[in-house]
Amino acid sequence: MNAIIPIDVLIIGGGPAGLAAALAAKAAGADDILILERENELGGILRQCIHTGFGLHIFKEELTGPEYAARYIAEVHAQGIPSQCDTMVIDITSDRLVTCVSAAHGLQRFQAGAIVLAMGCRERPRGALGIPGARSSGIYSAGTAQRFVNLDGYLPGRRVVILGSGDIGLIMARRLTFAGIKVEAVVELMPYSSGLKRNIVQCLDDFDIPLMLSHTVTAIHGKGRLTGVTISKVDADLSPIPGSERHIPCDTLLLSVGLIPENELSRNAGVDLDATTGGPVVDNRLQTSVPGIFACGNVLHVHDLVDHVSVEAAEAGRQAALAAVGRSLVAAESAVAVRAGDGVRGIVPQRINSETLTTTPVKLMFRPSSVRRNAVLVVEADGVPVHRVKKRILTPGEMVELSIKPDFFAAAKPVRELCIRCENS
Amino acid sequence: MYDIVIIGGGVIGCAIARELKRWRLKVALCERSDDVGAGASKANSAIVHPGHSAKPGTDMARLNVVGNQLYDQLCQELDITFQRCGSLTVAFDEDELPALESVYQDGLANGVPGMRLIDRDELLRREPNLNPEAVAALFAPTGGIVCPYELTVGLAENAAINGVDVFLNTKAVQVKRNASGWTVCTGQGDFDCAAVVNAAGLYADIFNNQVSTDTMRIIPRRGEYWMIDKSFDGAFRSTIFQLPGKMGKGVLVSPTVDGTIIVGPNAEDIDDRDDNTTTRAGLEYVYQAASRIWPALPRRALITNFAGNRAHLVRHDFVLGEAPGAPGFFNAAGIESPGLTAAPAIARELSAAIAEYLHASPNAEFQPCRPPVRRFRTMTMAERAAAIAENPAYGRIICRCEQVTEAEIRDCIRRPVGARSVDGVKRRTRAGMGRCQGGFCMPRVVAILSEELGVSPLQITKNGGNSIILTAKLEAVSREREAEA
Repeated sequence: MNAIIPIDVLIIGGGPAGLAAALAAKAAGADDILILERENELGGILRQCIHTGFGLHIFKEELTGPEYAARYIAEVHAQGIPSQCDTMVIDITSDRLVTCVSAAHGLQRFQAGAIVLAMGCRERPRGALGIPGARSSGIYSAGTAQRFVNLDGYLPGRRVVILGSGDIGLIMARRLTFAGIKVEAVVELMPYSSGLKRNIVQCLDDFDIPLMLSHTVTAIHGKGRLTGVTISKVDADLSPIPGSERHIPCDTLLLSVGLIPENELSRNAGVDLDATTGGPVVDNRLQTSVPGIFACGNVLHVHDLVDHVSVEAAEAGRQAALAAVGRSLVAAESAVAVRAGDGVRGIVPQRINSETLTTTPVKLMFRPSSVRRNAVLVVEADGVPVHRVKKRILTPGEMVELSIKPDFFAAAKPVRELCIRCENS
Repeated sequence: MYDIVIIGGGVIGCAIARELKRWRLKVALCERSDDVGAGASKANSAIVHPGHSAKPGTDMARLNVVGNQLYDQLCQELDITFQRCGSLTVAFDEDELPALESVYQDGLANGVPGMRLIDRDELLRREPNLNPEAVAALFAPTGGIVCPYELTVGLAENAAINGVDVFLNTKAVQVKRNASGWTVCTGQGDFDCAAVVNAAGLYADIFNNQVSTDTMRIIPRRGEYWMIDKSFDGAFRSTIFQLPGKMGKGVLVSPTVDGTIIVGPNAEDIDDRDDNTTTRAGLEYVYQAASRIWPALPRRALITNFAGNRAHLVRHDFVLGEAPGAPGFFNAAGIESPGLTAAPAIARELSAAIAEYLHASPNAEFQPCRPPVRRFRTMTMAERAAAIAENPAYGRIICRCEQVTEAEIRDCIRRPVGARSVDGVKRRTRAGMGRCQGGFCMPRVVAILSEELGVSPLQITKNGGNSIILTAKLEAVSREREAEA
């Protein structure tokens, strides 16, 4: 086996999170950086996202996914940051020994000063939903179908039903329509869509594709290739209502039913995971429970917009660079716990380490657990309301961001727990 | 002209094919699917039963116990993972104790070695995740687990290495007598032979009834299962059986050799032999019945579900040997649980009978071993480094969840009786069997299959027949639309 290679900042994943983290690490003074990417090119999932809508926040213009990625990739090259594609990390230890394999370099081991986890997420498969029925061909997760169409140049079917109204499913409804495929319906279990409003308008409404809320697929038909699905209306408990069944003939079923942060490697490294977000528990520096290991992007929590991923990842990269040069490898001892109260889910970061705060506000990101109009977000410090923010509409499909000024934590009496909850105004 | 034509490439047909090559015989195997082990052999509990649950005096009981003993050597020869994890048959209340005692007595009568009754304390020490209401259990150390499709592929491959001609996509439709023996008519032409082996699983009655006066009727008995994610590996050390009773008759919880946990099956008689759909009610029943064994059974960890159909006969025993009134036509019919366990014993016994019928001489060239299958997943780091140095394709991981490399996928396609479909690759390598269920790797597996087989990706199927994955090239559809406009 090859010798262990020392490296200051090792970035696992060359998608939008990894690219932004690398650039920020470089800007923060790290010189010895390496990006490891499992695909044969940098860019991550953006490579197959050929639709527009990326970059409105960061570049103030509307880019396609590959264009957005290309800007970061060009900058990474301009900065001379090395990357290694076709390389799969197979193990990370808690003392930051990283093992990876590739056809070109064989089995390599890196001893990293700091690690940025930027592995992204994967799609929830059919099996996890437990939809009964036949094991026909023609059932794909939306992202798999997107890859077939946009990267490989093949169509997955002729007549499609999409289960779940996640953004990838909505985007694929439009993409397949453009390709001459009939999209029969988008079927959503919940009484609301988990996708962005703009995607519902631009991908479904504009093409007269019905969005069937409070419906689900209750049976799958077809020996060999799929021949149709049965859909049913669901009640308030999300159980199918007998008698509401309807058969839709189709040869393809796409699933867009949720994304799961890919944290198998994080688990190997002993990183604590949050059951709600599916990602690591992090502090305000985006450091995980293992000192020197940081996380950002969809491996931390699933984002709606890549622009937000880039911003978050830049902070993780910067912190990793600082940690790698030995300035802040301390575990969060005096951390303020952040808790999701009523109507709020999956707050990131989960801890605030007041000793590491600077002058920049602490950004808390989370999702409302249901659709609410005219709601108030209440921030409580040890049970005492300290901050109230009015929101005209809150929906689980759109992540909320709240900023808290650092001087709040510098108050005379130290705060032990910060809670965010949602109430009706 | 063959000495023997075997109908059916399940675990039974493949085991018989291999075993027949211990004699100097010309053997053909016809399988209607695009792969071996594509029927009941791929969808069962994956258990090597100790042999206490079959009725004493039956062929099932005898061949179960003998088959179980043959497993160690067979799996070693074929490089198949086999674990004697032991099994526990658990009584969950005092009322079940007489039934437990009766299973024990049957086990003794059947000659199951090493069994002992254990009390609640020992039981819960062994299996801390077991429902604490359990009162006692029968421990059978010879119980084991194996991957049934891996075994079937291994048997078929080894049979092929020894000279068996394996014909896939070859559906037998009719067996007829001819002047010197038999003709097996298939969709791909007729095969003349001196002897026929009927290992057609769910269709065995059709061929038997074409030639024999002793007719039978196979009842497809569907069983549904759930698979639990690997993160629960170790939750149970042994296979846990319930006693037949009011709840959960036959529903078991067992570790698998791949680190997942299998839960099931229910039992429902159905009409359509090919209907392997799962049902909401069936899956819920399995979940509830398994919860009796494992109260903390995690719903969020269910990665997939499937159904398999057992070839049930009302007489509930294997039908083995020459069919009455049909000399040279040998049945291996009604093979339901513990058929997987009994397979090596059935093959041994039946092939000996056939060899005797054909006055065959021993084959000194029989090669019992197949070349080992290299699996990146189970290699040490040093072995991985060496494997990649030797063949860089071991450094390209295609299936992330199960860590399957490009080298393994190409190898499983190139081997004798190699994979021809996405499911074929999946069963041989586990690519696509993990928690993402092929979301990432399936397009790459399609590309590799297309390359290796020299066909367009449009011709690649999930599991043969019309189970195509892709329907058109993108530009072809665009051109059609332009033409329309």
